[in-house]
Amino acid sequence: MSRAGYVPLGERMATASEPLLRTLVRLPLLRWFFNTLGRFAISGRGAVVLVPYAWLLLFFAIPFVIVLKISLADQVIAQPPYTALVQWTEDTYLQIKLNLGNYLFLVQDALYWKAYLNSVKIAFISAFVCLLIGYPMAYAMARAEESWRNVLLMLVVLPFWTSFLLRVYAWIGILNNTGLINNWLIAAGIIDEPITMIRTNFAVYIGIVYSYLPFMILPLYSTLEKLDNTLLEAAADLGCRPFEAFLTITLPLSMPGVVAGFSLVFIPALGEFVIPDLLGGKDSLMIGHVLWDEFFANRAWPVASAVAIAMLTLVLLLMAGQRKLEEKAETAA
Amino acid sequence: MAEAKTTTAFEPWTDPNAVPYIEIRNVTKKFGEFVAVDNVSLNIYKQELFCLLGGSGCGKTTLLRMLAGFEEPTSGQIFIDGQDMAGIAPYRRPVNMMFQSYALFPHMTVEHNVAFGLKQDNVPKGEIADRVAKILELVKLGSFGKRKPHQLSGGQRQRVALARALVKQPKLLLLDEPLGALDKKLRESTQFELMKIQDQLGVTFVVVTHDQEEAMTLSSRIGVMNHGRIIQTGTPTEIYEFPNSRFVADFVGTVNMFPGRIVDEDNDYVRIGCDEAACTIFINHGVAAPPNAELWVAVRPEKIHLTREAPADARDNCVRGTVDGIAYMGDMSIYNVRLDSGKMIKVTQPNLIRHSEDTITWDDRVFLHWHASSGVVLTL
Ligand SMILES: Nc1ncnc2c1ncn2[C@@H]1O[C@H](COP(=O)(O)OP(=O)(O)OP(=O)(O)O)[C@@H](O)[C@H]1O
Ligand SMILES: [Mg+2]
Repeated sequence: MSRAGYVPLGERMATASEPLLRTLVRLPLLRWFFNTLGRFAISGRGAVVLVPYAWLLLFFAIPFVIVLKISLADQVIAQPPYTALVQWTEDTYLQIKLNLGNYLFLVQDALYWKAYLNSVKIAFISAFVCLLIGYPMAYAMARAEESWRNVLLMLVVLPFWTSFLLRVYAWIGILNNTGLINNWLIAAGIIDEPITMIRTNFAVYIGIVYSYLPFMILPLYSTLEKLDNTLLEAAADLGCRPFEAFLTITLPLSMPGVVAGFSLVFIPALGEFVIPDLLGGKDSLMIGHVLWDEFFANRAWPVASAVAIAMLTLVLLLMAGQRKLEEKAETAA
Repeated sequence: MAEAKTTTAFEPWTDPNAVPYIEIRNVTKKFGEFVAVDNVSLNIYKQELFCLLGGSGCGKTTLLRMLAGFEEPTSGQIFIDGQDMAGIAPYRRPVNMMFQSYALFPHMTVEHNVAFGLKQDNVPKGEIADRVAKILELVKLGSFGKRKPHQLSGGQRQRVALARALVKQPKLLLLDEPLGALDKKLRESTQFELMKIQDQLGVTFVVVTHDQEEAMTLSSRIGVMNHGRIIQTGTPTEIYEFPNSRFVADFVGTVNMFPGRIVDEDNDYVRIGCDEAACTIFINHGVAAPPNAELWVAVRPEKIHLTREAPADARDNCVRGTVDGIAYMGDMSIYNVRLDSGKMIKVTQPNLIRHSEDTITWDDRVFLHWHASSGVVLTL
C-alpha cells in the first residue's frame, strides 16, 4: 500500500467478504469437480478411493516408468546422460531401441549379485536381531501397567526426534578406536589395544538394529497388547506352566506382529545406504552403495536404474512372500 | 459322606461332622478402594453343585477367580480339600474353570482346544483322542472338531468351553455362566448332562449364574450374592420359601411385599397391620422381632387365591382389588390386581380348565386371600 491508512475500495471489499467470496468461488468449483467425476460414474466414495490411487500413480508409477525407461537406455556423455528410447530416424522411421545390456551386466559382474546377496544377508540378520531384542521389549511394554504403556511407547519413538544422520554419526563416536567403548575398556584395564569395531559389519549391524528397532517393537507391541489375557489364564487353568503357555499361546498369536515387524525392518534395511556407508567397511558393500556409486561417481544412470529396478523386483517378491506369511499367521491367529 | 447316613438325602451341610471340600474364610477382595467381594465365608461340600446367584457386578466372577487362583484375596483364606490355597499358582490347583468369555484359543481347532488340558497332563495320545471325541459328542459338537472357534456360533463356542473344562474331569469345576448362550432345549439337556456327569464322576461344581431358574433346577444349594456379600445360602426350597431378606425374596422369583408393624403377637402367631393391604396379615408362627419394629411380609404370587366371592373366614389375609391386567402364559395366568389402596399385586393361577365362561377377567372385583403359613416375615 502506498499511502498509510488508505485501502483501495476493491481491496477493502475483498478483505471484508473474503470468506464469503472464497466459499462462492469454491462451491461452483467443487460442484464442477464432482460433476465431472460424476460424468465418469465416480461417486463421492469413489473419489475418496481415487485419492490414494492418484497419489500412487503420480509418485510411484510414473517415476517407476521413468526409471524403467532409463534402465533400458545407453549411457552417453550428454545431458541427460542416457540415450532416448524412442527416436525418429530418417524422418519416417520411429525407432525404439531397448538396451538389455544393463541387466545382463548386473548378472555378469559378480560385484552386483554379491552386493545383493550381502544386502539380503545383512538385512536378514539385522531384522532377526531386532526381533530378538524387540520381542521381549514389546512383551514387557504390553505387560506393563496401563498408565506406563504410553510413556514407554513415547520412549521407543523418542529417538525419531533427533536426526537419523546425527544418531548414526554418534555411533562413530562410540565405536571408534578412540571412541567411548574402547576408551572405557582400556581405562578399565580389560584391553590394551583398542578393538576395531568401526568400519566392520558388526558396526553396520549395530547401526541398523539400533535405527530400525522401533519398527520392530511397534507392530509387535500392538499385537501383544491386544492379546486377551484370559487366554493365558485359561491355559494356566488347564495345567499349563507360564513358559509353555508363552510358546503355545502367546507366540503363535503374535505371529502377525512378528511378520509385520520383520518386514518393516528387513525391507528398508535391504536398501540401506547411510549406515553401511558411515559405519561399514569393505565387506559391508550393500546394494544401496552400489547404486550411489553408479549414479554419482560413474554417472552411469542406466546401470543405476537397472540396479534399482532389480532391487524393487526383489522387494516386491519378498513382500508377496510376506503377504502370504501374514495371511497364514492371521488365519492361524 | 462315606459313613452310612440314616437319610438318603444328600445334605452334608446339615452334618456338623462333615468336612467341607472348599472352605472360604472371611475372604475380601478389593480393587483399589472398590470392594468386589466383601467378607465372604462359605463351605462347599464334596459332590455339591453349588450355585452362586446374583445380579450383574455383584462379585460372582471375582469369587470364582479367587478359587481358580487368578486373583489373590485381599484378606481371608481359601482351602480346597484341606489345603490352604494362598500362593498356589492356577496350574497347580485341582480346579478347572470355564470362563464367562469362553477364552477359547483362537488359533487352535475345537479338538485341540479340548485336548489342550489333557496334553498338559501327558495323557497318552490315543486316550486323548478318545476322551476328546467322547466329550464333544456329549456337548453335541461331534462333527465340529476340525473347526476354529471363529467358525462357531456363540452357543457352540460356549459348549466347546464347557467341554474343555469337563474333559479333564477335575475334582472341582468352576463354571461361569455355563449355559447362558444356549437355547432353552439345549440348556435343559446340558443341565441334565451336567447333573449326570456330576453323578458319575463325583465332581464338585461351583456354578455362577444369574438365571434363577437354572440355579433352582441345577443346584444342591444356592448362595445369593449382592454387593460382594453372600446374603443367604440354602437349598433352592429354602431360598425360595424361606428367604432371609427382602433382597433374596425379591431376587429369587416374584414376590408381593407388604410393609407393616406387629399389632398382636404370641408364641405361636403374629398379626401384622399393613396399611397398603387394608387388612391384617396373620402368620401362624411367632417371629423374633421387637414389638414396634417395621417389617415386611412377602407373599408369593402362586400362594394367593383369587375369588369373586368372599372367602369363609375373611378377617385376616384377605384383601379386595380390581383385576388390572392378565398375562396368559399357557400353563398359568398372571393377574395384576390393583388393591383399593392403589398397590399392585401379582397373582398367578394355574389354568386348570381349558375354557370356562366364568373365569375371572379384566376389571372384575376380586378377593385375594392366602393361607396363614404363606406369608414370610422379613425384618431386613
Ligand atoms: N480387575 C478389576 N479391576 C477393578 N474392578 C474390577 C475388576 N474385576 C472386577 N471388578 C469389579 O468388581 C465387581 C464384581 O465383578 P464381577 O466380575 O465379579 O461381577 P459378576 O458378579 O461376575 O457380574 P456378571 O454377572 O456381570 O458377570 C464389578 O463391579 C467390577 O466392576
Ligand atoms: Mg461374571
